[in-house]
Formats: sequence, C-alpha cells, structure tokens
Amino acid sequence: MAGMFIDVRVDASIAKDAEIAKKLEEVCPVDIFEATDGGVALVEKNLDECTLCDLCLEAAPKGKIEVVKLYER
Amino acid sequence: MRFYEYESKALFARHGLPLGEHRVATSADEARAAATAIGGPVVMKSQVLSGGRMKAGAVKFADTADEAASLFQPIMDAVVSGQTGRSVLVESKSPVAQEYFLSVTWDGRRKQPVLLFSDMGGIDIEEVAETHPEHLSRTHFSTLLPITPRIAKEAVGAVGVTGGALNRITPIATELMRLFLEYDLTLAEINPLARLEDGRFVVLDGHVDMEAEARGRHKKLLAELGVQEEETRQARPPTDFEIRGRQVNEADHRGVAGNVVEFDGDLGLVIGAGGGSLTLFDAVRKHGGKPANYCEIGGNPSVGKACELTKLILGKPGVEKIAVMMNVVSNTRVDIVARGVIKGCIESGKDPKDVIAIFRIPGAWEDEGFKILAKHGVDYCDRSVSMYEAAGRAVAKMG
Repeated sequence: MAGMFIDVRVDASIAKDAEIAKKLEEVCPVDIFEATDGGVALVEKNLDECTLCDLCLEAAPKGKIEVVKLYER
Repeated sequence: MRFYEYESKALFARHGLPLGEHRVATSADEARAAATAIGGPVVMKSQVLSGGRMKAGAVKFADTADEAASLFQPIMDAVVSGQTGRSVLVESKSPVAQEYFLSVTWDGRRKQPVLLFSDMGGIDIEEVAETHPEHLSRTHFSTLLPITPRIAKEAVGAVGVTGGALNRITPIATELMRLFLEYDLTLAEINPLARLEDGRFVVLDGHVDMEAEARGRHKKLLAELGVQEEETRQARPPTDFEIRGRQVNEADHRGVAGNVVEFDGDLGLVIGAGGGSLTLFDAVRKHGGKPANYCEIGGNPSVGKACELTKLILGKPGVEKIAVMMNVVSNTRVDIVARGVIKGCIESGKDPKDVIAIFRIPGAWEDEGFKILAKHGVDYCDRSVSMYEAAGRAVAKMG
C-alpha cells in the first residue's frame, strides 16, 4: 500500500503498539496515521500529502518508521 | 462585486449626491403606485447587473401610471446579456440640457485611483476617449492624502467646464472620490450626470463595483442594502465549470485554488502567487495563447486540491495542455503542487509529460519538486526563466 509519491513503512515491532499509534495519529499534520484497536493503520489516501516534516520519525523509536520518496527511486 | 443601479443610488444618497425621485417596483401594481407617487412622466429601468439595457428593451418611458403598470412585465422579461431583471426602477423623467460622465476607478499602472470626467456623457466613454480625447480628463489622486474639492475642480475644469456648472459638478465629483475609497470600490461611475433644463444637476444612472475581498469589511452596508451573502454579483451567472472550481476550493481548507473563471481557449492554466495569476494570464495572451481558464492558486494548497483543480481543467472540453506557472513562492511548496498536478494528470488518464506544457514554480522546496517533475519527464524551469518567457514557452507548444 503506497501513494504515488510517498510510501510510509511501519516496522512490525511497533505496529501493534497502541501508545505509539496514538502518538503518530496526533503528530502527523496530514492524518496519515490512524490509531485503531489493532495498533497503527495507514490512511492510504493521505500518503501523498506527506509534508516530509519527520514528526512521525521523532514520535516512534528510531528507525521504526520509514518515509520513502518514491520519486527518488 | 456589482451593485444594482438602485443599490448604487442608495449609496450615492448616503453621500448627498443629487438623485431624481425614484422607487423600486417588483410588480405591476407597485410600478403603478410608484409612478403615481412620483407624478408626471417616468423612466422605467430593469435592474440587471449588466449594461446595454436600452438596446435590449429593458428601459422604457411611461407618461401615466397605467402605462407604467403595463410596461412592468415587458421590462422584467427583457433579456440583457443573458439576464432578466430582479425589479424595475421607476424614476422621474426630467428634460435634460446636457449630460456629463464621471467615474472613479483604479489605474493599475499608476497604482492610484483615477477620476475620469467628460462633458460628453451618456455615451460610451471609450468612444469619447478615441474620437474626442480633449473632452476627457484623467486625474489621479492619493489614497493617503485627504480628498479635496481642488482635485475634482481641476478634473472638471480640464475639459473646459467653467462657471456655475464647474461649481455644481465639483462637489459631486469630490463625494464620488470619497465614496470610492470609503467602500473599497473598484468602480464608482455616474453616466450620465445630467444638467436639467432648470439648471439642477441629477445623477441619472450609476454603476458601482465593490472589491470582492472587501465584502467582510462592509457587512453592515451590504446588509442594509439587502445584498445576501451568497450573492456573487458577477456580470454573468457562474458556469458549471466555475461552480465546480469553487467546490474544489471549498472542499479542502488547505491553501487556495480559487477564482476559477472559464474562457474558451485550449491552454489550461494552473497559475498564481502574488499577482502572478493576472501577470501570467496576460503573458499567455500577449504570446498569442488562448487560455481555457483563469484561476488563483497559493497559500500552499494540498496535493488533493491541486490534483482536483488539475483534473477539472484537463476535463474541460477543448483543453489540450496545461501550463503550471507561479511567481516565486515562499509559503506554497513547489513539491506539493508538483505532486498534485502530476497526480491530476495521471488520474485524468493523461501522461504528465505530454499535457504539462511548462511547470514554472520556483521557490520553497523547489529541489524536491524538480526531482518529481524530472521523474515524470515534465518540462520545468526555475526562476532564471521569467514568467513572461515561461508563458511564451507554453504557448509555443500549442502549435
């Protein structure tokens, strides 16, 4: 599941962490993350709105979130 | 936004400009009552937001109250530039000795308001300017310094008006200038201002346009005049394309993709930034291009908003390519707009490199934006290419 320009990858080790999910939902300015009962869900339609602000990278343990610029590949 | 004549006159009345006795009628009975109250012959004018009423049969004269009643419906039914009247203005008809033209508008080049005056009123002022330039004066004035009668007197006197007429017209012109600034108008026009046979001066017809962005500052006035918030008051009703443009803008609070106006050309325009829209639109035309639309993007529209605007423009019949051009941007991100327009092209089933004639948006996050454009093979340029030149490149591709 990726956007046309941006993909966001959440490491399996934090994907079900409710606290991190809540944090990610809170910090993302364009609502890419949603905190669900099962942990973090990505909102596909918002992926390309990513502003590359890196707030999600700071909200999660280092290296557990990856923002991929598909146009650089 | 345009005012109806009766609203313009209501505004003029607040500033003490001389008006003939008039009433607004919304039925034949009201027209009869108005003519009876005024007494004597009356002129009846359809209230539409467009000129050309006389030619369209939307202005008629009645000698009696019964005649006024019988003329009401034909005047309401008369079509003027695609519009029919919302009401009929019934006004006393007075014998006119001479007609004058008075107008205040903006001079975009001088960046100042200008008072235009002519002693040849009642006819098309462009015609006067062309055939009798000595009968038209142009007097610029400051928006900061006080408005004084001296400015108006110079303007009126410049075409040779002297004596009593000069003294009577001067305060009218002075008030028109004050009114223009006080209400954030883009046009305040009296045509004609009549000198009656008995020597009185009367405003026979008036036209007022207010800057649309100033509506919020004049809510009280607009409410008093009965102008509803949802009334756009443009010279013609919005087209479906324009309505959908407004919907695109309203659907997402992020940034602006507004003022979408439809034209009949083949080059779609995604343009904006600090006056860039007007400059770029003019540049396209100067190069012989035919814009399919006008619009104003800025304030960092979301990818989704830029995408939807692009889809709207590309979906317009006859549009072959789009030009995406802005002034140098600071609060709009180049990469976000680039993503939006490319996505719009792809979702429209078109290859961005084929349909984007030029992408010229320099500024914030341009390096990131240029990577995206390069990846999709889109022709782009930075600020070393002027807006004028970029418009020329786009037009050249329309071959």
